[in-house]
Amino acid sequence: MRHWERPHYIVANRFWRLSLWVFFFVYLVVGIGSIEINWIRIYEGLERGSHFLSAFLHPDFTTRSTDIYAGILESLTITVTSTVAGILLSIPFGIGAARNISIKPIYLFCRAFIAISRSMQEVIVAIFLVALFGFGAFAGFLTLTYATIGFLGKLLAEEIEGIDRKQLEAVRSTGASWLQSIHVGIWPQIMPRMIGLSFYRLDINFRESAVIGIVGAGGIGATLNTAIDRYEYDSAGAILLLIIIIVMICEYLSGWIRKWIS
Amino acid sequence: MLKIQHLKKQYKKGPLVLKNINLVIPEGQIVGLIGPSGAGKSTLIRCINRLIKPSSGDISLGGINLSNASPRQIREQRRYIGMIFQEYALVERLSVMENVLSGRLGYLSFWQSFTRRYPQQDIDNAFDYLQRVGLIDHANKRADELSGGQRQRVGIARALAQDPRLLLVDEPTASLDPKTSRQIMRLIQSICREKGLPAIINIHDVPLAMQFVDRIIGLQGGEIVFDGLASELNEDVLTRIYGNEDWQPAGNDQDKGDE
Repeated sequence: MRHWERPHYIVANRFWRLSLWVFFFVYLVVGIGSIEINWIRIYEGLERGSHFLSAFLHPDFTTRSTDIYAGILESLTITVTSTVAGILLSIPFGIGAARNISIKPIYLFCRAFIAISRSMQEVIVAIFLVALFGFGAFAGFLTLTYATIGFLGKLLAEEIEGIDRKQLEAVRSTGASWLQSIHVGIWPQIMPRMIGLSFYRLDINFRESAVIGIVGAGGIGATLNTAIDRYEYDSAGAILLLIIIIVMICEYLSGWIRKWIS
Repeated sequence: MLKIQHLKKQYKKGPLVLKNINLVIPEGQIVGLIGPSGAGKSTLIRCINRLIKPSSGDISLGGINLSNASPRQIREQRRYIGMIFQEYALVERLSVMENVLSGRLGYLSFWQSFTRRYPQQDIDNAFDYLQRVGLIDHANKRADELSGGQRQRVGIARALAQDPRLLLVDEPTASLDPKTSRQIMRLIQSICREKGLPAIINIHDVPLAMQFVDRIIGLQGGEIVFDGLASELNEDVLTRIYGNEDWQPAGNDQDKGDE
């Protein structure tokens, strides 16, 4: 009779394998033990939460209606302009960052730019840009454009790296120039997914525009922040409801468009 | 006339894939290139249209040197070299017509092709080629709606649209059933005859090659080990190209794997 047992591929050594498990559980126990739970604060928080919840159930759309309207309009403006600018700028970065069609120095530059853009959360970028350009929509526009370049540039580069190379080779073999081979050999292969991703980014940008507004980058987030500062939870509730509704509409529309394209 | 002299190709730190290839192909001759997978058939034809850069040696087509051409010259010369691929290599999401017209890219500026303003002559010719390969009713279908044989016909029409002086054909039938394979080979043959076009056809199916080509070149380990008429191919020659095997028709089980 021959003995067989499944080899351990990840950690082959039995001693290290057991040690890792022991370390994991000890860390888990110590970690849980180190969390301070202050029940009084939780109780107070729950009470505030209930105020908030009751205001939520009686949202006040009217008192601050002009502020809300202006905020939403500004957020939508930021969203649309930054998405369009971001898409346009992500194309050269995405092409540059695709290993199979780019040259080394450009590849490294574009990858680095994208990596930096993706490593910084929108809120942090927004704080920085608000400090540079002052409060308002312009900082929000720049923040989201920058984030969109990182997001779409990376995905575009990955799409290009994943294309069927035979189609590109065939187009190149006809004597097509570099630009022509991208337009005819690559673009048709990645187009449906790029359009889908662009709409996906559009609804991410709307959500983000509400968040970065809180740190001063304009839009509905700024209106929401003001409302909370003034303890106008009923207006804040109205704003949150509007954000949720708009996000849901965006998500539904972008899903529908993506399905229609593919 | 295609003339290849002392062609060598070595991939980075690898062995020599092509060792000193010498070859002259006159106008109108259809050449079948046979040999085991990895013999260098694909590399050889891709060196000709410079999809692959040869390590050394000379390649000239109609007196123009291709082996040390600049990128611009390469682009210009590729127009005249039509290529047909194993898995058709059509742009799947474009229409049949757009695929055929893509054969004109080498002649057009970026803006012309980007805005799809093809010259009327190109469009007329494209319809003629579609008529010739029997796909005139499918012009506006998407390429991925067609069957394998139909797609290969689009591939042929695309190569024709280039107004080529040479056809490079890479395993045209490897993904097709036997009947369709014959039809495709017959189509390529008759087109070459009509236009007096020389062609190099990489092919694994030896009997099919013998039926449709004028001359056979056997490649083995990057060297030409046979160069002669299709009718001169016998068991000894096949053994020289592919190694020992029982070549009797009943026991014919040569390797048809992809290269």
